[in-house]
Amino acid sequence: MSESKNKRTGIVLSMLVVGMIGMSYAAVPLYQIFCQITGFGGTVQAVADEQTVIVDRQIKVRFMANVNRDMPWQFAPVQTVQSLKVGEHALAFYEAINLTNEEITGTATYNVSPHKAGLYFNKIDCFCFTEQTLKPGERVDMPVTYYIDPEIMNDANMDDVNEVVLSYTFFLKEPSGEKHIAQIVSDE
Amino acid sequence: MSNAAEAHGGHDDHTPTGWRRWLYSTNHKDIGTLYLIFAIFAGLVGFSMSVLMRIELMYPGVDFLPALTGGNIDAAYHLFNVLITAHGLIMVFFLVMPALIGGFGNWFVPIMIGAPDMAFPRMNNISFWLLPPAILLLVFSTFVEGPASFNGVGGGWTVYAPLSTTGQPGPAMDLAILALHLAGASSILGAVNFITTIFNMRAPGMTMHKMPLFAWSVLVTAFLLLLSLPVLAGAITMLLTDRNFGTTFFDPAGGGDPVLFQHLFWFFGHPEVYILILPGFGLISHIISTFSKKPIFGYLGMAYAMVAIGVIGFFVWAHHMYTVGLNVDVKAYFLGATMVIAVPTGIKIFSWIATMWGGSIKFDTPMLWAVGFIALFTVGGVTGVVLANAGVDHAFHDTYYVVAHFHYTMSLGAVFSIFAGFYYWIGKMSGRQYPETLGKIHFWLTFVGVNIIFFPQHFLGMAGMPRRYVDYPDAYAFWNFVSSIGAYLSAAGVVLFLYIIYKTLKSGEKCPDNPWGEGATTLEWTLTSPPPFHQFNELPKIK
Repeated sequence: MSESKNKRTGIVLSMLVVGMIGMSYAAVPLYQIFCQITGFGGTVQAVADEQTVIVDRQIKVRFMANVNRDMPWQFAPVQTVQSLKVGEHALAFYEAINLTNEEITGTATYNVSPHKAGLYFNKIDCFCFTEQTLKPGERVDMPVTYYIDPEIMNDANMDDVNEVVLSYTFFLKEPSGEKHIAQIVSDE
Repeated sequence: MSNAAEAHGGHDDHTPTGWRRWLYSTNHKDIGTLYLIFAIFAGLVGFSMSVLMRIELMYPGVDFLPALTGGNIDAAYHLFNVLITAHGLIMVFFLVMPALIGGFGNWFVPIMIGAPDMAFPRMNNISFWLLPPAILLLVFSTFVEGPASFNGVGGGWTVYAPLSTTGQPGPAMDLAILALHLAGASSILGAVNFITTIFNMRAPGMTMHKMPLFAWSVLVTAFLLLLSLPVLAGAITMLLTDRNFGTTFFDPAGGGDPVLFQHLFWFFGHPEVYILILPGFGLISHIISTFSKKPIFGYLGMAYAMVAIGVIGFFVWAHHMYTVGLNVDVKAYFLGATMVIAVPTGIKIFSWIATMWGGSIKFDTPMLWAVGFIALFTVGGVTGVVLANAGVDHAFHDTYYVVAHFHYTMSLGAVFSIFAGFYYWIGKMSGRQYPETLGKIHFWLTFVGVNIIFFPQHFLGMAGMPRRYVDYPDAYAFWNFVSSIGAYLSAAGVVLFLYIIYKTLKSGEKCPDNPWGEGATTLEWTLTSPPPFHQFNELPKIK
């Protein structure tokens, strides 16, 4: 009867299914780009060092530090709070101590609360942009330079924000499996 | 009749017998029957789990579940989590979907559009036979480790990361994910089959705009399945590789984001709730029209309202995630989009009422269930509009108010439509009519029972009782007690239902071709009860 027609419809529909599976994977990079551009979920903006207009509005920045449970470091902000004007460049430090007698590499993830402030929290330089390696027992102060984007003055949704929390979580760079391989390679 | 024709007829009637008839079946009615039997068994399992939960929650304190775990209180806590997870998964994937889409859909969509069978009969077979292994995987998962030193998956049916990744390191979660893969594959194949059948195999004269509303509802549902289930498959595959192969889709350590899982899950999850309810909408339209002896009010509006619900359903997913820290403008959008769905849904509700208006209504059992459906689904819809408000939802998120809301739409909506369909069509499917009085008692028992279970849960939720906990403070004791009493009443209803099935098949009266009279106008009522193994050897002409 209409068997070839059925087959055609079936094939078109199957392609739709495959396309949707593809879309679900495409969502991963798209979501990341989306967060980068919109500051969604408190995604902080990385910017070049430029002169900015300093505006007379005081914002308090609080600092928070966490370590993942697999990460044997001690990690804490040196200062708990900084008060600065919008547009003013500031420098803050976090202190990390490697508590083990092994060399350990970690990376930090970060965001700000409230999430809507992410778009206006500009980092010029940060220890979180690269991996950090600490020797056994080593203690370092890690810097972050940042400023609050003067654009914040033009966003009505930000009028109630006078405090921002910058939060970091340090993770072990290599999961145990990969670390094992790395050790074998270095033994050779 | 010539010999050749007779021989041909004989060939057509040749059917495999015994287990081959079912295992090898390519007949849409046999496969529909298999789906219905499967759904009844799965439904009993899922329902028993909910009764266990209600027994535990009847009084404050954890007193009942430890009896099942040999007195180990931590194991009892975990058992509760396993119960809520399995109850959700079973009811969604192994009761409502198999019953409404696989069961009634297979049975009646081809007949209603005047087709001899489904477009791909053998694919139809594999669609069904993927389900038993799927539920078996879920059963196996309860015998292997989930979180450290406890058996079974306790991550909730939404399997949010990181609870489903680092929180459940054992293989139980992997088995549950594979169960979802199989159930999803089954539904996707079924969806391809339904769309192809409905697009290509309608009888001459059966235009899309003359097609019965149940067929319309299954068509829209099939499209929702086709577009949403692959996203779930993708998301849970990412979970699987995150768990076992070191990817970091949802792990911040490698730059992933657990909230992404919620986006993917609800991009599937919200259309999924319409997948559960739309076939019920279609079916209720037939029953209301039949027992009001009037054609359905606003046929085209009804059909396109379902299309609209299906389309908008894809753009509202983040209303499940108001508390993850969405920006206020994003919340405003999802709030508005969600409320828009109330418009086509309202069109349906009012059209059903308009169909009944001035009709010569006969309150047989199917009509009771259908009217009960409209009343209770409306309650669930109204609380849905309340929850759509992001501000209100911040207070109600993950409370019993949400539990009450989705049980009014699903448990009292979708399941009522399944019962309505069962009583409407059991005579047609089995050739024997159900006992009318018992059917009515079953309705009233269930109607009263489920309302006693779920209405007080609104109060509990508004008082701040969070869902998914095994215990609660004394302040919530009274309404929890009432709710549990309702569960026992409903359990009596389920037992009665099983007896009704037994009684119908054993000694039900013979059902005529059309037991409902002039109101029943769709093609299934032109066939014998039960219909011949192969119907429409000559395609019906639709005027």
